[in-house]
Amino acid sequence: MTTGGWINMIVSVSFVVALFGWCIYRILTEAKPDEHIHGIEDIQKGED
Amino acid sequence: MAVAGSAVGLGNFLRFPGLAAKYGSGGFMIAYFISLLILGIPICWAEWTLGRYAGQKGFRSSPGIFYALIRHPAGKYIGVLGAIIPVTIYMYYVYIEAWCLGYAWYSASGALNLGTDVSSYGDFWARFVGATENGLTVSQGHNQVVVFLVIVFAINFAIIYRGISKGIEAFCRWGMPTLILLAIIVLVRVLTLGTPDPALPEQSLINGLGYMWNPGDISQQLRNPQLWLEAAGQVFFSLSVGFGVIITYSSYLREKDDIVLSGLTATSANEFCEVGLGGMITVPAAFVFLGAAGIIGQGTFGLGFKVLPLVFSKMPAPQFFGAAWFFLLFLAAITSSLSMLQPGIAFLEEGLGLNRKQSISLLGLMTAMGCLFVVYFSKDLKALDTIDFWVGTFLIFLLATVLIIVFGWVLGIEEGWKEAHKGASLRIPSFFKLIIKYVCPLYLLTIFGFWVWFKVFGWNPATRTFEPTSYVTDLYGPTASPVARMSVALIVLIITFFIITTAAAGRRWDKAGNSTSREKQP
Repeated sequence: MTTGGWINMIVSVSFVVALFGWCIYRILTEAKPDEHIHGIEDIQKGED
Repeated sequence: MAVAGSAVGLGNFLRFPGLAAKYGSGGFMIAYFISLLILGIPICWAEWTLGRYAGQKGFRSSPGIFYALIRHPAGKYIGVLGAIIPVTIYMYYVYIEAWCLGYAWYSASGALNLGTDVSSYGDFWARFVGATENGLTVSQGHNQVVVFLVIVFAINFAIIYRGISKGIEAFCRWGMPTLILLAIIVLVRVLTLGTPDPALPEQSLINGLGYMWNPGDISQQLRNPQLWLEAAGQVFFSLSVGFGVIITYSSYLREKDDIVLSGLTATSANEFCEVGLGGMITVPAAFVFLGAAGIIGQGTFGLGFKVLPLVFSKMPAPQFFGAAWFFLLFLAAITSSLSMLQPGIAFLEEGLGLNRKQSISLLGLMTAMGCLFVVYFSKDLKALDTIDFWVGTFLIFLLATVLIIVFGWVLGIEEGWKEAHKGASLRIPSFFKLIIKYVCPLYLLTIFGFWVWFKVFGWNPATRTFEPTSYVTDLYGPTASPVARMSVALIVLIITFFIITTAAAGRRWDKAGNSTSREKQP
């Protein structure tokens, strides 16, 4: 495997792994309005 | 999750690695990522946006969605493509899905250990799928594939019967992680192969990775128009854009759902499976055991169902890794095939006013008849190949071009932009406005032109002559194939059925009021 091959593989695979990882991170950390409505504060206010 | 499941399919693990190795991965990856940036991702966002926009107006089927978007009665006939494409593709895709399940079973049972000669695996595959003779797969003693087909068909319709959320999405929620886990297990196995045969030191894993990833002469590769055509085509078909699937799924979304992030996540999941997993497994594994000679000239099916079973048979624990691999392919296929049914169901429900049970029954009957046609006329896979060419390639190009033009020019780029960002936590960089409005349609039309030039008219740059491909000569001339002609007749029949049904649906929609004033329906 040539140096160019290593670079090609590492750049291509790293890019897609990083993009996928970043998207999953964004989805998992996204504050969802629906979840907030039904959060603990709302329950304490007497909402469903 | 459902869209990601739809996107991740057999092409990720079989077609992509074969193309990259064939054209030289240096130039191919450049063309591939350019196509992803200016074709795949923008069309994906456009499709998500258009679907949700029309969904807010109460339309759930592709003809209804285009009726609402184009604001003209003719719109629904353009949208009929979005129902025809997935339903027709399902008729042969589910057959390939049955092969994957069958191969998983035969791998696990040890029946796929056929020695060290690749021709044994080729013969097994040809008998299994009926490639040697029409009607072979439904004759006594050779109908094993039909058993798997019935199982796969039943699983698909059982899941779809439960609906999008409880059926498709619930299945994808465990199916996708399982698929990725299996791929990682197989990947680890492949990456730890080293040099299995010390007598053949050149057939090492490192050389296998080099065969897949060594860039070669990039400038020369990039001058090859076929490379651009194949790279764009791979991005395009792999992401399931222009299938009519994304537009249907997204019509069920709410206004506050983040379609920018969802679209990008589905795309990135597909890319992760394609480049990160598919690119690291298939070709290097085949190279390690068979060398370059064993890979060259093998198409998608050759690589997947002739070469790889031999490769797995040579690995330690062949039954486990073979079964894991083919079950992975089965999961990738079923998450895609499920998505192909929903556009048809949505159309029958919305257009004809059928309930879910009725529409599933009708669609089940239609797809079973189409599938039976493909299964019966299995010699050289002529029916499958012909339908795949005219529907799975030609019509998809057409629908994707329509989608991007509707987004950029009919809905309008500013309106579309505003619509895409409703509920979005991410901002799409503004240069994508230019890409969507000008670059994307031009690029698509250019690729389409190339495709017709090379794949239909058969331009041969070496001899500078036209040599019409078999897809043309099968239909016209002295070598015409009756099966190819019947396959095209089947496509025409399906199109006619959907057009007549759309006309009936249009009358219902017109009665309910025109698309611009239509309120949300329950």
